[in-house]
Amino acid sequence: MSEATAAKIPVTVLTGYLGAGKTTLLNRILSENHGKKYAVIVNEFGEIGIDNDLIIGADEEVFEMNNGCICCTVRGDLVRIMDGLMKRKGKFDAIIVETTGLADPAPVAQTFFVDEDVQKNARLDAVVTVADAKWLSDRLKDAPEAKNQIAFADVIVLNKTDLVTKPELAEVEARIRAINPYAKLHRTERCSVALADVLDRGAFDLDRILDIEPDFLVADDHDHDHDHHHHHGHDHHDHGHGLKHYHDEDMQSLSLKTDKPLDPNVFMPWLQNLVQVEGGKILRSKGILAFHDDDDRYVFQGVHMMLEGNHQRKWKDGEPRESRLVFIGRELPEDLIRSGFESCIVS
Amino acid sequence: MKEFTPAPDSASIVSVTDRVKPVTLGMGVTSVHFLGPRAAFVGGEENVAFVDDKGEIASVAVHSGGILSAASDGKRLIMGGDDGKVVSLDAKGEVTLLATDPKRRWIDAVALHPDGAYAWSAGKTATVKSGKTEEKSLDVPSTVGGLAFAPKGLRLAIAHYNGATLWFPNMEGSAEFLPWAGSHLGVTFSPDNKFLVTSMHESALHGWRLADNRHMRMTGYPGRVRSMSWSAGGKGLATSGADTVIIWPFASKDGPMGKEPAMLAPLQARVTVVACHPRNDILACGYSDGTVLMVRMEDGAEILVRRNGTPPVAGLAWNAKGTLLAFADENGDGGLLEL
Repeated sequence: MSEATAAKIPVTVLTGYLGAGKTTLLNRILSENHGKKYAVIVNEFGEIGIDNDLIIGADEEVFEMNNGCICCTVRGDLVRIMDGLMKRKGKFDAIIVETTGLADPAPVAQTFFVDEDVQKNARLDAVVTVADAKWLSDRLKDAPEAKNQIAFADVIVLNKTDLVTKPELAEVEARIRAINPYAKLHRTERCSVALADVLDRGAFDLDRILDIEPDFLVADDHDHDHDHHHHHGHDHHDHGHGLKHYHDEDMQSLSLKTDKPLDPNVFMPWLQNLVQVEGGKILRSKGILAFHDDDDRYVFQGVHMMLEGNHQRKWKDGEPRESRLVFIGRELPEDLIRSGFESCIVS
Repeated sequence: MKEFTPAPDSASIVSVTDRVKPVTLGMGVTSVHFLGPRAAFVGGEENVAFVDDKGEIASVAVHSGGILSAASDGKRLIMGGDDGKVVSLDAKGEVTLLATDPKRRWIDAVALHPDGAYAWSAGKTATVKSGKTEEKSLDVPSTVGGLAFAPKGLRLAIAHYNGATLWFPNMEGSAEFLPWAGSHLGVTFSPDNKFLVTSMHESALHGWRLADNRHMRMTGYPGRVRSMSWSAGGKGLATSGADTVIIWPFASKDGPMGKEPAMLAPLQARVTVVACHPRNDILACGYSDGTVLMVRMEDGAEILVRRNGTPPVAGLAWNAKGTLLAFADENGDGGLLEL
């Protein structure tokens, strides 16, 4: 897979709520002296002015695939634009898709999974979300789009940190982490972030799923298997991440872990069924799995109902054969997921 | 056609590969047409390469960027580019600028009418220019996927999301919407003007019988249908998208309703492009592995024109008399076959 992946053009999806600083980041990426040429798909012409790159206007036309899967939406305009861009292969090194502030990143991401022709030529590299340190906390309360963008992100650029106090910054970070503890978070002023931190991340590359750890170290390493009271949907309980759980946060992450081997014949159907039934709620999923009688690590990742997985490599000597899964989503049926996962463990 | 003489009993396929005049264009090719006696290979960007029957190449600059769409009636070639321009190229190699999008949006689709009218689209807007009359534009609900003129009268079909729109540009308020859920990317009228067929984003075609707008679903393709070609007389619609050429029957008044398509020329590769012979029941087809075949529609007999082992075939075309076949793969390696 690595070879094929290398030949495909990487696509970075740039999201962020209105006014967070997407265009600032985009201009920064384009104006930096990196010797690369980008094809940039934007929803508004005129805000960026870099001669060297291809700028393409998009209409954000989202449509449902006719495959009976209600959350399987794609960006029709992207399919068309990718088709046109592929006629100019060799004229650019990478593609950046800027979405509008109110956009859900899922249809953009799904376009790169369901469209055969798009998939042949391009690969999704990462979803980068620019967030406004001053206003994000408010937006997370009143704008579901902002929540989606944080939940979906592989990289979060927390911008305008100079406009908030330290406690305010801590508060907004805690809110972000309550939704998505796995994204790489960068605190910036005027989006000044190293390009290597936002581009060529390989966040959707199965070969590069190295480990699934929260992005920050918490003095919390307790057992995830312990039995805690999950049946109250909205209480302040601890999810085992040492994270503060907010009253108003229906978006959350759920991590599962076991050092006992999983039965692939139970696990695979369980996972398939889970994303079929609950895929509308699950925005992103990722896992590294240790199967019974299998010397290879198995990795998977998914967007809503779409899953892809593969054997990645041999478990190394001395490497703990541990399975870890992460789901990020809205109103996740935690008890159901935990008990389902438990039943996949070889007893 | 005398030359089409496959030997039914021979173990190996009849080959005319040694009669093909190779053409090396040195540019990515997206479609092939004939303009008068010369083949016109449309590049992925900037240029069209004319190739005459001796194999001489003459390149003509048509766009300052990617060439997104092309349509030809054998006399001229209309193209739309990512430079926001609609240009026309005639058989002599003369380029005429027909229109420029005021916002320099991509020209996603173009169509050409037998009487000289032409149409193009940028975003949701389709525009028609006919003779000396003013340009007429129509906005459809979503981005235009494809355009086609009806064989009779000045009527344009516009494919878009969730259906197609039929429009008489010279009649105010004449737009008629034919709904069908999904994204429609390509569109073609049957030569008898009785059916409209769209190719969809999902691996299927959809059709309407225009007399009563009855639906025809044509499904079962493993891949998206990117190439459609009507057989001589319009009895069948040959299509790409599967590992055989799929030909839907349109000879009866019900079209393909309740009928199975013919499946010809199976290979271990996907058909990428089809072109029916203009006079005989023969078609040429190109595959994802570079193979080019000629196939007799009556019995599926095949003649090998080009062996496999190259990038996918990107374009195929017959000249008007059906005496020359031109083809090229995505890398611009192709050939001319004289029959």
